[in-house]
Amino acid sequence: MASWTDMVFVLVVVLDLFVLASSRLGAAIRAVALQGALLSLLALLLASQAHDMGHVLLLASGAFAIKAVLIPWLMFRAIREAAIRREVEPIIGYVPSMILGGAGVVLAFAFSRGLPLPTPEMHPFLVPTALATVWTGLLLVVSRRKAVTQVLGFLVLENGVFVFGLLLTDIMPVMVEAGVLLDLLAAVFVMGIVMFHINREFASLDTDAMTSLKD
Amino acid sequence: MLLRAFFQLGLLLLLPPLLLGVVNRVKAVLAGRQGPPVLQAYYDLAKLLRKGAVYSRTTTWVFRAGPAIGLAAVATAGMLLPVAGEPAVASFAGDFVLFAYLLALARFFTALAALDTGSSFEGMGAAREVSFASMAEPALFLCFVVLARATGALSLSGMLGPALAPAWRQASPALLLAAISLFVVTLAENARIPVDDPSTHLELTMIHEVMVLDHSGPDLAFILYGASMKLFLFGALFVRLVLGFRFDSVWAAEAVFVGGLLAFAALVGLTESVMARLRLTRVPQMLVGASVLSVFALVLLLR
Repeated sequence: MASWTDMVFVLVVVLDLFVLASSRLGAAIRAVALQGALLSLLALLLASQAHDMGHVLLLASGAFAIKAVLIPWLMFRAIREAAIRREVEPIIGYVPSMILGGAGVVLAFAFSRGLPLPTPEMHPFLVPTALATVWTGLLLVVSRRKAVTQVLGFLVLENGVFVFGLLLTDIMPVMVEAGVLLDLLAAVFVMGIVMFHINREFASLDTDAMTSLKD
Repeated sequence: MLLRAFFQLGLLLLLPPLLLGVVNRVKAVLAGRQGPPVLQAYYDLAKLLRKGAVYSRTTTWVFRAGPAIGLAAVATAGMLLPVAGEPAVASFAGDFVLFAYLLALARFFTALAALDTGSSFEGMGAAREVSFASMAEPALFLCFVVLARATGALSLSGMLGPALAPAWRQASPALLLAAISLFVVTLAENARIPVDDPSTHLELTMIHEVMVLDHSGPDLAFILYGASMKLFLFGALFVRLVLGFRFDSVWAAEAVFVGGLLAFAALVGLTESVMARLRLTRVPQMLVGASVLSVFALVLLLR
């Protein structure tokens, strides 16, 4: 049983690397959606030690509905309306960003043992997966030009935060988790609106177009 | 023992062209064609061996030595590879390094023979082949290191021997990642579709095929046979890694192994049918991705 949980964690990290490497936005969105689905599965798998089953079920189904269904649907709508398919010329190329992502994964897995945790560790892969996912998200946000990929990076970052939050499912009240999920949804809405405006003003989603001023 | 060694040798020498036949048959069926007979590669080899060879006046002995050395190196590498988890014909600690570099030697001489023709076209193919190989090699070595770490053995026979079954129970995520990485390396090393298309002679896309354009007759037969044997070697590695169970009888293990090899050939054919060839600039990305996966597998084992 423990090995299935291992597999899910490893798959989450592999999906991080896949998102870093893929230039097709559709594939990247699907990967992030799958990652969200895996996270909700993870909430269930790790919950065998937890006390409040209803709480865990609520969290898992909420995460699945928002991370794996609603947000990917919104993202697909966004790329359909903006009519973009690929990320062109990221600031950091695909091979270097994959190597950077791999380095982050290695560091996360090598050094996460030394980190002091306030609660007992639930699974040896939990903290490194969270760190690696957050790192991947940050990398995506800073290294891509298209607003859609930057939003995807934010989502991946948020997934990392969620993995870390799983550590606290016993302690953290429902309200805080609901707050996290709603936060995310609100952020995606705001970004959707921003993206729509960038697209209307500049006829593209390239954020570089906003660095130069016009009179 | 001697009987088994002969059986392994027979498998190594006789089975490889069949794998090519299976790959082509799967591709043909998925494309809705009849396809060539499964044994077509054997007929081709027999036909080529009966023909004479044509040598250009610009070529030297390097061109003639290339195919023979290539085939000999690949066959020697086959001696080091355990079949179905039984010890290989020859085995010593660190033989995976020799295995990798025998394959590199074969590639080196194929590239030299291509350069020896003086054709700029073949030089281009050699440059591509060597540059992609330099990226596939780290991934291959990392797979071996993962295997060595998981099983605690330093020889190929040890890594793929009885120690593999307990290793799967303890470190299944790492070994699974290594297997995926090994499959990507297999596709790249054998010039299969996401990297190279073995069935076209389209100038801009060829990598491996372009290097052997000037070879004819028995030389071409050696090259085709060597290529199929290389596919067999990688297939044997992959199949043993994935089907790393312990078997009660040796013959059951052999049967599962041969079945696994045929399934592997079908998998390669399936991959070729469902994937498009990658742009040349995307190939390094795929190979670096395979290396990153193996590094991740290694980190999982080391922590």
